[in-house]
Amino acid sequence: MTAPHVTLGEVLPERAVQNRLTNPGTENCSLCASRESLKMEPLAVTLLPGEERVIDKDIMYICPFSGPVKGKVFITNYRLYFKSADADPSVTLNVPLGAIGRVEKMGGASSRGENSYGLDITCKDMRNLRFALKQEGHSRRDIFDILFRYAFPLSHGLLLFAYLSQEKYEENGWSVYKPMEEFRRQGLPTDKWRITFINDNYELCDTYPTILVVPFKATEEDLRKVSTFRSRGRIPVLSWIHRENQAVICRCSQPLVGMSGKRNKDDERYLEVIREANGTAKLTIYDARPSVNAVANKATGGGYEGDDTYQNAELVFLDIHNIHVMRESLKKLKDIVYPNVEESHWLSSLESTHWLEHIKLVLSGAIQVADKISGGNSVVVHCSDGWDRTAQLTSLAMLMLDSHYRTLRGFQVLLEKEWISFGHKFASRIGHGDKNHADQDRSPIFVQFIDCVWQMTKQFPTAFEFNERLLMTILDHLFSCRFGTFLYNCESARDTNEVRSKTVSLWSLVNSDSTSYLNPFYTPESSRVLYPVASMRHLELWVTYYIRWNPRIRQQQQSPVEQRYMELLALRDEYLKKLEELQLTDSSPNSSHLSNSSASNAASPTQHINHLHTPF
Amino acid sequence: MLSSLGSAGGKSAKPSFVSYVTPEEIKSEKEPSRKEKHPDLLPGEVVFCSASTVLKYTQDDLSQRGVFGVLLCTNFRVSFVSDEAPTEEMLFKNKLYGENDIPLSCVDNIYGDKRKLITGGLVKNKYPSKMIIHCKDLRVFQFSLSFSKEEDAKKIFQGIVHHCLEPKSLRCLFAFSYCENTSYPGSYSYCREHLVSSRSLGFLLFPVYFIVPKNVSDEDLTKYQGKGLPMWCWSHHSGCALFKTASIPLVQEDNVPQTYMEKMLTAVAHNHLYSVKTEDLSDTLPTVQDILLSYNRFKQFFLIDNTTEFWMSDMKWFSSLDNCGWLDIIRQCLQKAVEVVESLEKENTNVLIMEEGGSDLCCVVSSLVQLMLDPYYRTLLGFQSLVQKEWVAGGHAFLDRSNHLHLKDKVESPVFLLFLECVWQLQQQHGPAFQFSETYLTVLSDSIHVPVFTTFLFNNDGHRDSLLRAESPHTQRSPLNCPTVWDWSVQFDCKAQDLFTNPLYTEKPKQDTSVRKSYRPRHLRQLSLPSSAFKTPPKKGFFKDEADNLKKILGVKRLSRWMLSPSSDSPQTSSSVREFYEAWQTKPLDYHGLLLPCLDGPSIRVWMQRYLRWIHDVQILGGGPVAMLSKVSEILGEVQELQRQLDRHGCTLTSNHKGARPRAKTAAAVIAARSSVRLSSSFPFVTSRNWSFKPAIPTSLLQSLMVTGMAGNLADREDDGGPESLV
Repeated sequence: MTAPHVTLGEVLPERAVQNRLTNPGTENCSLCASRESLKMEPLAVTLLPGEERVIDKDIMYICPFSGPVKGKVFITNYRLYFKSADADPSVTLNVPLGAIGRVEKMGGASSRGENSYGLDITCKDMRNLRFALKQEGHSRRDIFDILFRYAFPLSHGLLLFAYLSQEKYEENGWSVYKPMEEFRRQGLPTDKWRITFINDNYELCDTYPTILVVPFKATEEDLRKVSTFRSRGRIPVLSWIHRENQAVICRCSQPLVGMSGKRNKDDERYLEVIREANGTAKLTIYDARPSVNAVANKATGGGYEGDDTYQNAELVFLDIHNIHVMRESLKKLKDIVYPNVEESHWLSSLESTHWLEHIKLVLSGAIQVADKISGGNSVVVHCSDGWDRTAQLTSLAMLMLDSHYRTLRGFQVLLEKEWISFGHKFASRIGHGDKNHADQDRSPIFVQFIDCVWQMTKQFPTAFEFNERLLMTILDHLFSCRFGTFLYNCESARDTNEVRSKTVSLWSLVNSDSTSYLNPFYTPESSRVLYPVASMRHLELWVTYYIRWNPRIRQQQQSPVEQRYMELLALRDEYLKKLEELQLTDSSPNSSHLSNSSASNAASPTQHINHLHTPF
Repeated sequence: MLSSLGSAGGKSAKPSFVSYVTPEEIKSEKEPSRKEKHPDLLPGEVVFCSASTVLKYTQDDLSQRGVFGVLLCTNFRVSFVSDEAPTEEMLFKNKLYGENDIPLSCVDNIYGDKRKLITGGLVKNKYPSKMIIHCKDLRVFQFSLSFSKEEDAKKIFQGIVHHCLEPKSLRCLFAFSYCENTSYPGSYSYCREHLVSSRSLGFLLFPVYFIVPKNVSDEDLTKYQGKGLPMWCWSHHSGCALFKTASIPLVQEDNVPQTYMEKMLTAVAHNHLYSVKTEDLSDTLPTVQDILLSYNRFKQFFLIDNTTEFWMSDMKWFSSLDNCGWLDIIRQCLQKAVEVVESLEKENTNVLIMEEGGSDLCCVVSSLVQLMLDPYYRTLLGFQSLVQKEWVAGGHAFLDRSNHLHLKDKVESPVFLLFLECVWQLQQQHGPAFQFSETYLTVLSDSIHVPVFTTFLFNNDGHRDSLLRAESPHTQRSPLNCPTVWDWSVQFDCKAQDLFTNPLYTEKPKQDTSVRKSYRPRHLRQLSLPSSAFKTPPKKGFFKDEADNLKKILGVKRLSRWMLSPSSDSPQTSSSVREFYEAWQTKPLDYHGLLLPCLDGPSIRVWMQRYLRWIHDVQILGGGPVAMLSKVSEILGEVQELQRQLDRHGCTLTSNHKGARPRAKTAAAVIAARSSVRLSSSFPFVTSRNWSFKPAIPTSLLQSLMVTGMAGNLADREDDGGPESLV
């Protein structure tokens, strides 16, 4: 298909859209078909290159806010699209199939009552959809089957849409993260830390990236020995180094201590080498788990570093709960916000979900890590396997410590590095294309992390170059399966499945339209460490994400503060221009000096003017 | 070993105000001469007693660190003067009292050793070694008296308790001696001429002038000491209006009040032209006692004695907040106001709100209704006149409700604060609609407890006039001139006052004259009526003109719905309010039009600036909304400067630019602040220059995390456990 390069939500002329929706294959009779379809509802969505229509059907959408709405549903290999026939205001749904977690039949052929026969769809993005169909003639069978097949392609031997997409972008998102470049930016290697290619073939650890930074003093042989004592071979490696005091954040998995309290001299020596690298008196080991869980892990061969065995280390438990607790917590949150926001005792209900409490624990853990590093002490962070809580802690601490990660590009690097390359199990946690909705491996760990980032941007509205829209976009495409970025569990799996060559990166989309993801209030402060306040007093529910489907929550495209700021910036530019014109005519030396100075310092914010005209 | 929780980081060193000299050393030293240790006294201020070598703790009392100085009690304040060199000037300095001063009326509670509540009248010869003072503006002071001379300590403690907690006469309030000693150019800052009717009716509860429907006869006015008399508040452009009244207690056998009430309602209905809705607020809204109880529980969350306690309470924060019910009271008041707005705006019926006394919740609701409907009241001047009209002239018993005099028989209740809370909710939801800033509201809420302003010292206009006249040092002719709270220069210099304006606010764009000529409905907030002479009844009834129009249009009399019991249809009301809100929400938001609050759970929030400003552990250094607003102010300043330059060039700007043209001088102060001080979420109340950049790390994380019940077995499970987790 040679469709123009388009993005989701962009509005194309109706005609073109309908051509494609009604006539995916045959081009020649498109004119008559489109004439017919013009009598149908006008559609305001365009298909993505590579997207193909599969089925459409007249259906009733049981909207939880405005009641049953008659309309037509279109299912493509990428999305479910619904448009109301005659409702005012019109109701549309545009759901990437990847966001669908579960499809169920509702009611039987003999069910009584209006709209009791249909489909019940549970989405991963905090909403549920119900559709009702006519009971006669098994009318839902085909649509159910198709939806089930295309929403869970991997369970049916089909490809994820990311492999079918033909999208082209100016920017290539796959070039955003280059590990060597990133390490060089951090000032690595140093005389204490070296870069190793020992994992080039994923032999040392199949869930780690190929390029690792380890202590200079540790030999390849040492690394192999240590890897036998760390769960899944995830040895302590460097994530980040403080430029001035050389303190480092290392990440790893739990040591395989077991019930018998095994020791491993190599592992002990290895941690000692990390400590010595910058002369830290005591190496702090942050175990993200609650201590009881760490103890319980001994039964399955895991455990924690005992301080009798690790002489110069102190162990701190951060009490962050596991993926199952987080999954249940978000489920409870959904219960109180969708479809309607709990009315009585909202705050108590919110508290009983514990969602913000978990956010608080994750944030305060990261604050402790960042604080230790600022004080010149190296830290090692781990949980059980070192790919969930550990990724949250290291990446949040890095966000606090290093202003580079607060830029649009830097944040992408942070995600690519700490989450994607270090093997956060996106495929298992999200369940891309998989029908097994009750899979116990699923958990919103990454959503929780993005929520933590959002809390930080709320507390420091001028410290981040990117805006809320970026965070929402990331979460939308975490599920959508349109981009390759969040597919698969680790780098080795991505290599096998040729993600980089066969799919498009989410950062291609973002960086080709970067202005709409920029925060106009951003004020770079390079050396500043950001400590958010991890108190319930300041944590708030991310209403614009979790409750965004509720029409009562006013979704402002732009906050009024932002809007006002943009207006003023535009006004200033206009005045500056006018003043310049005036000075050309009456060149009084005094005033020209004045405006020159203000014109020069105005240079940087002026760039933001563009946003004003960017459609949202 | 296992529970080596990260509590160490929490008690970080706080370098400011720390005296490293031990008390022993102090004692051996020569006593500093007491004479120099006075604060700058205000006119009419007299020192009652003082004690030196008092230790003022820094907020975290576990550190037992502090600074030595002199503690004084004057007829205006409790003041602590540090022995150390004064800290740098604060940007947002109050001219009447400093950061270590507590106006006597601002003292809320005093605690002694072991946090025992001290009550007035019970103080014997003893004095506690440690005294904690909770202030009504949420500050907390902790003083140790154990290093002072016993005699001094006893005197200062008893002095403070006596002057802060025990009953006193109004004459003792500082305002009187302050005003006698200042030549304050007195003037009322709102115009009384708008209001019509009469004084000498024999009851003081009413303002000098007020407006009643013209069918109310002069005899009716005096019948029940003004009770049941519908007083006009505001007229909608459709002609319907809002009235409030004090309800008449209904006596069973006696039918007279009933008939009187009906007569009044007929008057309000303007002979059945308009339907009337009555709302007895006491049926649906909490009582003043409920309000006090709830607020007392609420404020405790912010009166923090020590950090540990604070973090302990953090996990249960939301449910505690919920249980104290304060936010719910705010929601109820806003909801009631929306209901009234709906009646006026959508149904165009007259509304009469009533309650016993007619000057507490009636004031809250009527002022909120006017704020929502009329953009004028969202300006600085408009808000001021709203408070003057509805609260001061409307007879809200400020003196009793704030209980400055500590009299047992008065019902204390933070009703005015509740109103400000509601305004804050509206403001944080619709920022650009308000000309005044959050800081303005916070300062206004503090000023209630500064006993200098006549605005908040009296129960009603009559009370004020008679007292000020009586207290006048001159003959009967001119009453004592006291400043009103609206004269902000008494408290703040111009720079600080700049922070009262909201940089997001823009004036309504001026319309072209051609457009203006066409008929635009106007609300009536004031009436141009003969200003004096109560004998002359208002010939030109305020809805007369428009009523005539309406009569023509309608042709039919509407049925009045009298005495609808609000409780009977309350579920209906709430759903209709919801519909009303939703209908309003689908329209584009006009900041100069009708404004409705969202009442959903997540939308009603805690007024962070007011309540969290003094708590060190929750300051967001370099963050908070002010970080954004100051950037707006900065650009605003630049735009203004450019405008001035353009004006010098004689360039005329088109009218739509003038609309966006900001009001004068909002930016300067914030920019000045930015240059030297790091802003924090407590700006402008606390400047963060002295603070350590150590983060606050919550202590006691483990104990309070309750993952019980169903989640319990989940919590024990492995993340990617063996087969046992794959049920």
